[in-house]
Amino acid sequence: MPKIKINEQEVDVENGLTILQACESIGIEIPRFCYHEKLSIAGNCRMCLVEMEKSPKPIASCAMPVSDGMVIFTNSPMVKKARNGVMEFLLINHPLDCPICDQGGECDLQDQAMSYGRDSNRYIENKRAVNDKDLGPLIKTVMTRCIHCTRCVRFAQDVAGVSELGATGRGEEMEIDTFVEKTISSELSGNIIDLCPVGALTSKPYAFEARSWELQKTETIDIHDALGSNIRVDTRGREVKRVLPRINEDINEEWISDKTRFAFDGLGCKRLDRPWLKKDNKLVEVEWPEAFNAISEKIQSTEPNKIAAIVGDLADCESIFSLKKLFNNIGSPHIDCRQDGSLVDSSVRGSYIFNSEITGIDRADFILLIGSDPRWEAPVLNSRIRKRYLTGMLDIAHLGTLPSRENGLTYPYTNLGSEPNVLDDIASGNHEIIEKIKSAKFPMIIIGNSAVCRSDSLAILHKTREIAEKYNFIREDWNGFNFLNSVASRVGALDLGFVPGDGGYDFNSIITNSANGNLDMVYLLAADEFDVEKLSNSFIIYQGHHGDIGARNADVILPGAAYTEKNATYVNLEGRVQRTSKATFPPNDAREDWTIIRALSAVIKFPIPFDNIVELRQLMEKEYPVFSNIDLFQSQEWKPFGISGSINDTPLELSIRDFYMTNPITRASQTMSLCRSEFIKRINN
Amino acid sequence: MTSNRKPAPDNYQPKEFSFTKENLELAKKELNKYPENRKASAVIPLLDLAQRQNSNWLPIAAINYIADFLGMPRIKAYEVATFYTMYNLSPVGENIIQICTTTPCALRGSKEIADLCKKRLNIDFGETSEDKKFTLLEVECLGACVNAPVVWIGDEYYEDLSKESMDSIIDQLKKGEIKVSPGSQIGRNGSMPSGQRSSLIDKGN
Amino acid sequence: MLNDKDRIFTNLYGLKDWNIEGSLSRGDWDNTKSLIELGSEKIIEIVKESGLRGRGGAGFPTGLKWSFMPKESDGRPHYLVVNADEGEPGTCKDRDIMRNDPHKLLEGCLLAGFAMGAHVAYIYIRGEFINEAKKLESAIEAAQQRGFLGKNACGSGWDFDIYVHRGAGAYICGEETALIESLEGKKGQPRLKPPFPANMGLWGCPTTVNNVESIAVVPTILRRGGNWFSSLGRPKNTGTKVFCISGHVNTPCNVEEEMGIPLKELIEKHAGGVRGGWDNLKAIIPGGSSVPMIPKNICETVLMDFDSLSAVKSGLGTAAVIVMDKSTDLISSITRLSKFYMHESCGQCTPCREGTGWMWRVMSRLEKGEGEVDEIDTLLDVASQVEGHTICAHGDASAWPIQGLIRHFRNEVEERLINSNKQGFDAIDNPKRAA
Repeated sequence: MPKIKINEQEVDVENGLTILQACESIGIEIPRFCYHEKLSIAGNCRMCLVEMEKSPKPIASCAMPVSDGMVIFTNSPMVKKARNGVMEFLLINHPLDCPICDQGGECDLQDQAMSYGRDSNRYIENKRAVNDKDLGPLIKTVMTRCIHCTRCVRFAQDVAGVSELGATGRGEEMEIDTFVEKTISSELSGNIIDLCPVGALTSKPYAFEARSWELQKTETIDIHDALGSNIRVDTRGREVKRVLPRINEDINEEWISDKTRFAFDGLGCKRLDRPWLKKDNKLVEVEWPEAFNAISEKIQSTEPNKIAAIVGDLADCESIFSLKKLFNNIGSPHIDCRQDGSLVDSSVRGSYIFNSEITGIDRADFILLIGSDPRWEAPVLNSRIRKRYLTGMLDIAHLGTLPSRENGLTYPYTNLGSEPNVLDDIASGNHEIIEKIKSAKFPMIIIGNSAVCRSDSLAILHKTREIAEKYNFIREDWNGFNFLNSVASRVGALDLGFVPGDGGYDFNSIITNSANGNLDMVYLLAADEFDVEKLSNSFIIYQGHHGDIGARNADVILPGAAYTEKNATYVNLEGRVQRTSKATFPPNDAREDWTIIRALSAVIKFPIPFDNIVELRQLMEKEYPVFSNIDLFQSQEWKPFGISGSINDTPLELSIRDFYMTNPITRASQTMSLCRSEFIKRINN
Repeated sequence: MTSNRKPAPDNYQPKEFSFTKENLELAKKELNKYPENRKASAVIPLLDLAQRQNSNWLPIAAINYIADFLGMPRIKAYEVATFYTMYNLSPVGENIIQICTTTPCALRGSKEIADLCKKRLNIDFGETSEDKKFTLLEVECLGACVNAPVVWIGDEYYEDLSKESMDSIIDQLKKGEIKVSPGSQIGRNGSMPSGQRSSLIDKGN
Repeated sequence: MLNDKDRIFTNLYGLKDWNIEGSLSRGDWDNTKSLIELGSEKIIEIVKESGLRGRGGAGFPTGLKWSFMPKESDGRPHYLVVNADEGEPGTCKDRDIMRNDPHKLLEGCLLAGFAMGAHVAYIYIRGEFINEAKKLESAIEAAQQRGFLGKNACGSGWDFDIYVHRGAGAYICGEETALIESLEGKKGQPRLKPPFPANMGLWGCPTTVNNVESIAVVPTILRRGGNWFSSLGRPKNTGTKVFCISGHVNTPCNVEEEMGIPLKELIEKHAGGVRGGWDNLKAIIPGGSSVPMIPKNICETVLMDFDSLSAVKSGLGTAAVIVMDKSTDLISSITRLSKFYMHESCGQCTPCREGTGWMWRVMSRLEKGEGEVDEIDTLLDVASQVEGHTICAHGDASAWPIQGLIRHFRNEVEERLINSNKQGFDAIDNPKRAA
């Protein structure tokens, strides 16, 4: 370990660190604009200059690796002069429009100017003006404010994997630009707003909405995919004003997808804020008791065996647990959480979670994607694959169908076609990809939903397990089998066993039995992603927060709370148990979901045994111990799953057809609908 | 910065561009200079080739074509096209007269040469004459300082210019082509001092 | 004065055949095999012994630079890149070498390339030198036909290819790492160092970038010996050098002279003296636009080499001597250079991107006499905020000419401001008289 001296203080630092990192390790903060931990080093802003003994010029600490015996000063006159100079240069052409700039109050340039700025302006020439750029519906540009740090360019290139942003021209005419007014074709584009150290790139939907200091900040979890990205929800009054990422190196690093960031405006539209009841074939607003009584009457007259429940994609664990308890009490085994009809093996946890952990991607040297489109199913996880790809020595192969879009998966891959019987060839060693698999030290399989929403799902799972076991994917020190769930509720619901009990119907059977008249009643808990017309023979209770697909045919609607409005548990695709925090209240009469089920259970005389969330969680943890480990990854014992059988040559289908429209919140979101039109426009051009 | 450095408006932009058969051959030859997986290295010469094919300016379609040809992101080729000053991103006149006005040329009268050109052609730096015959550009040091002032027309340097010799060159251009030889317009050899030379006079030299 | 027998570039003026026949008659490619047979280490040793310092401006010892290349290849190819992006205002020497003596450069490439374990050299030539590039290409072809280049070059057993790569108009590509970026097909933006090119250069491979002149003198040094070269000039400032003398002299020219020749002698012997006589001299920029100017009194005695010029706070740079007589508006001359540096800034580093434009704008006002006297200090302060604070030396180069002007001719700038302000006041006090 090199020993260096910083401001007369001796420090042992790890090899390979930069001087900037070494300084940070002992609590010396180095100002910077272009440097960012997660991006390649540019060294162009020159704000992080420090003095190094024997060097006549100050050096860029962000780019200089430490070496033994270095003597560094971060507070000498040379350093001060350099930084004051850089600050002055950055400001001479920066507009004085802080009062109307959305970055105001959280602007790096503003903050650093307090430490390094002059009290008066020596630049008496005209300031530069730069034309704004059209970066689409999400990102507002005021390019005159740009300080040319190129973070956005490096993010687009390195992390998002789309080369559409660049710095054109040169010298003081250099501008950040897309190629001829083209918008950015990335699902991660919003992150450049956070990266921009000034107000050049700001959030379009948030424009002039609020000042950062007026906002209530709530740390919580995202539910737009199964990654469980850590986020912060900023509210003013009852309104969500914006969503930002929180750093969690194990999950989302510090990125979130555009859906996570921008779909929140859907929380204010098409909300179910009152109970509704169908009377004379028309839904009318009612009070809670009337809605409950209507359900109660219906239940008393219905055989338990003719009642079913489907849990949808956004449901939280507390409500799923409550609903399961309720159905236990009612005595119906017809429950399922797989509204896509998938057939994962819920009895083996290792078969439906991401066993390598997301951080395992950093180690992987071979990735076999089966029926998965990580770019749309989990954009941030996809960026992690790209990050790993950029460090070299990673082969990726893909089996399945991908949507037509620009930049594919954002990294090169071997195309194995779309017919899953290729797995037979791989398992038997008759495929050219075998060599790559065999030579890998940390091989990974990522299997997605489209591989298990078929009649031969269990055979595919079985064959995939065979491949994993045969080719060193499963070892004492490594579990390379990963299921990539794409919806937030799924892993938690499977953990809670929200699958058919003995003699129970699974999702597909619920549909057919409803059509055949064998089911009189179906309880939909936030289930919106299938054709509810097919249930029209049954009495439908819909509980959820949006007047979306699921509510369309409902006989009773129970208004629930969205993810920002409740303290709830979700389990991410790794099986990591995380909790949301309430950032705002559900609108009007809407209530937190588990309380609705608890209240209903009393009215219909099947009471479930808890009266508050603490009791609920205690019971849940007692019955399902995985829930007692919050935020931690829990590795699973490797057990057999799947059923041996033949795999047919029907191509694997697209798992997500429309990234911007995957759940009721996104479908209510104006911003998402703009993104979708923009996407369609780009693709058609 | 002059107008030839900003992309022409859409109505000037051709929809398509592709190399002629001859240029395609030249492009392939150019690629041979670089390792197989380093094709992007040829972007500068190929953009030049495209510009020569397209009346000395580089439309967006050509930048796209070259980027695709080399398998590099289009924005990267666009960055290159906007960075280097030899690319004209808007249509230019038949003859581009590029006058060096950097200090060594300025010391030897480049301003008078420039003024003369502006007056004779009735255009300012960065402009193209109405008949599309001339574009006048101010350029930085051309690297022929001991032969200042220097003007660059087509692929040739015209050096040691006086107002008279520049005037005559414009006359010739207006009539069709330059008749005088490129290089020094006072008849000296390259960078050799005019009159008696002071070195390389030994026998054998 | 240097004897003709000690001149390396014997066809500097293109009086004779530049092509291979002519070159052979001047001794190029003469038993090159035997020079290669000296072996890599010996070649580097001789070049070190010659005291050759890089001719591109910075004056870094060439042999030492070569010795930074890995001795053994780790599997990555090594590259020699020749910097022929000559564009420093005042400088036009490499052009002469390439158009009149191209084979000296090519033979130098082979020898230098061999010494550093490279099988390929790229000559990066500025885009405007179209004819010079053509001549190089044709010289390469001729050398290949004779077996001097290509497989088993000169029968040495060493395979060696040279490619010419034309730039497209960017002074900054003369900076070695910007040149490498450009050669990779990118914008010419200088790279952060470390890593240095000798470790990670072209396409991530060990690379050495040398100036045309530095490479072209190598064959002669190897033939005549390091001692011969180091016997010319002064200690640490050895050998011969091609000087470019432009501006207000009677016969502007390029000339190969001994390092350390007195500036005055250089001008009087070769460039016909200052226009209007030596006493008409005002100031000289002795090493290309980037180095600070020196006034006449220093010009009287200063010697033209690295150390002598740096002792008077200027530099040898590219040895491009820009002479300015008493008629010169020095402020205007330097303003034009400021514009040059602004125009050629790549734009990545804050101080250079913003500072070069600022300096030019202030200079333009000072040129017109607009401004206050204390702005001169502001200007110097801005220059010092740019200098030394950027990735490459472009920032320094933009500051130095201004610093040189103010250092020696502050009075002139002040006078202009005072006079023009006085006129302004007069105009207010007495509009009629001023009109």
